[in-house]
Amino acid sequence: MNEHPEAEITLRWSEPEASYDVIIVGGGGHGLSIAYHLATRHDITSVLVVEAGYIGGGNSGRNTTVIRANYGIPEAVRFYQHSLERYRRLEEETGRAMMHDRKGLLWMAHSEAGVRRERARAAVNQAFGAETTYLEPDEIAAACPEIDLACGGGFPEVMGASFHQGATARHDRVVWALAEGAMRRGVHVAPRTAVVGLVHDGRRIVGVETSAGRIAAGIVVSAVGGNVTMLADMAGVRLPIKTHPLQAFVTNRYQHRFDPIVASGDLGFYVSQTARGQMLLGAEIDRQPSYSRGSTHDLLASLSHRAITVLPFMRDLRVLRQWTGSCDMSPDYSPIMGDTGVDGFLITTGWGTWGFKAIPAGGEFMAQRIATGVVPELMAPFSLDRFERDRTLADRGSSGTH
Amino acid sequence: MSMRVLCPHCGPRSIEEWVHGEIPVVPDTITDPDGRDIDRGYMHTNPQGAVREAWFHAFGCRRWVTVWRDTRTDEWIEPPV
Repeated sequence: MNEHPEAEITLRWSEPEASYDVIIVGGGGHGLSIAYHLATRHDITSVLVVEAGYIGGGNSGRNTTVIRANYGIPEAVRFYQHSLERYRRLEEETGRAMMHDRKGLLWMAHSEAGVRRERARAAVNQAFGAETTYLEPDEIAAACPEIDLACGGGFPEVMGASFHQGATARHDRVVWALAEGAMRRGVHVAPRTAVVGLVHDGRRIVGVETSAGRIAAGIVVSAVGGNVTMLADMAGVRLPIKTHPLQAFVTNRYQHRFDPIVASGDLGFYVSQTARGQMLLGAEIDRQPSYSRGSTHDLLASLSHRAITVLPFMRDLRVLRQWTGSCDMSPDYSPIMGDTGVDGFLITTGWGTWGFKAIPAGGEFMAQRIATGVVPELMAPFSLDRFERDRTLADRGSSGTH
Repeated sequence: MSMRVLCPHCGPRSIEEWVHGEIPVVPDTITDPDGRDIDRGYMHTNPQGAVREAWFHAFGCRRWVTVWRDTRTDEWIEPPV
């Protein structure tokens, strides 16, 4: 746990050249994963990743690192199950430790409606390849004795839960390993380089204007989190995205191993234990769309109250840090990947609160689309034009909070 | 930081008591009636800066207030002129 394996990773930054085959805007998990897969799977190495801040410093560095596939519709289960399986092999593939830790995920229901929802979810998950079981309250008590099934009498009691494959990984390690893998094969990464405009040639996007000057590109890919609406505006693309803050915090160390990730859709929170033993808590998105990354005491108080009700041992812990990420929420709580209707401009967005778990699959499929021009089958349902075709993917209930 | 919404009846109240209501804006550049419907149903202006919105005091007096907010800072602002 304290061996500091970070020292092994070698990152080399580049001054941007005048022209690239592919420019990826946004050096977070998704942007670097696209670059990594372009280089390793398709031998496309004339690639530049531009990042306004530092790599992994946006939502990749602010999320709560839960990896799961327990979604509510077949398209999403298939997609995230593929991503989950890729994560399992990613340490071996990149040769870099990511602290990938399979610990299971317990998703509780506190109402009749919740029980129906979790049973339905377990059925859909099993049908499409994600191992899931439904647990009755006595089985929950055996799986996680720390849970107070009566919720202290203050909230509706726990009536059942679905139990899924769940894991966590160290977010920085994932971002750095993908960046290193891409750089080794010749991909350029330019941090502290902000995109201030797009270069148009008629209806086509042919490059980006950056703080380091104009750079030409065959294809520009937006892997931006948070500011994606502004970048899409520059391309003339209108998005079904609202950006909401999501707050999380960690406590000091809990002395015992706490195994499953525990989530409650009805109470709107989830808890996992980090590799350092700290308890990591996340909430639902804040109500108001906002680009602010301010954290509020209101959320801290309300989230702590809900969490302590279910897991009473946490009342003895202390809050160490609280932070906020920006979630790009789509109306159907599903990602948006692929073509935008503007030539030379592709997008991967709508990663809301579920982006981290999709980093391997999202990058793999976007790279396939860029390299071959063909939209991969597992990615096709998530196209931007599903909204004008009225073919949205109603997955709100299972997207939950992480 | 604590975020409060100013209720004309109850005074400043914690954001946990409120439900947010978006006031959708369809740009004038979209003229096709079907296109306007799609835009109203799904698309969002998602502005970075001043936005007009409604808040419902769900755990309070249960009335709506309409306010302006700066989405970069979450501060309440005067309506832009």
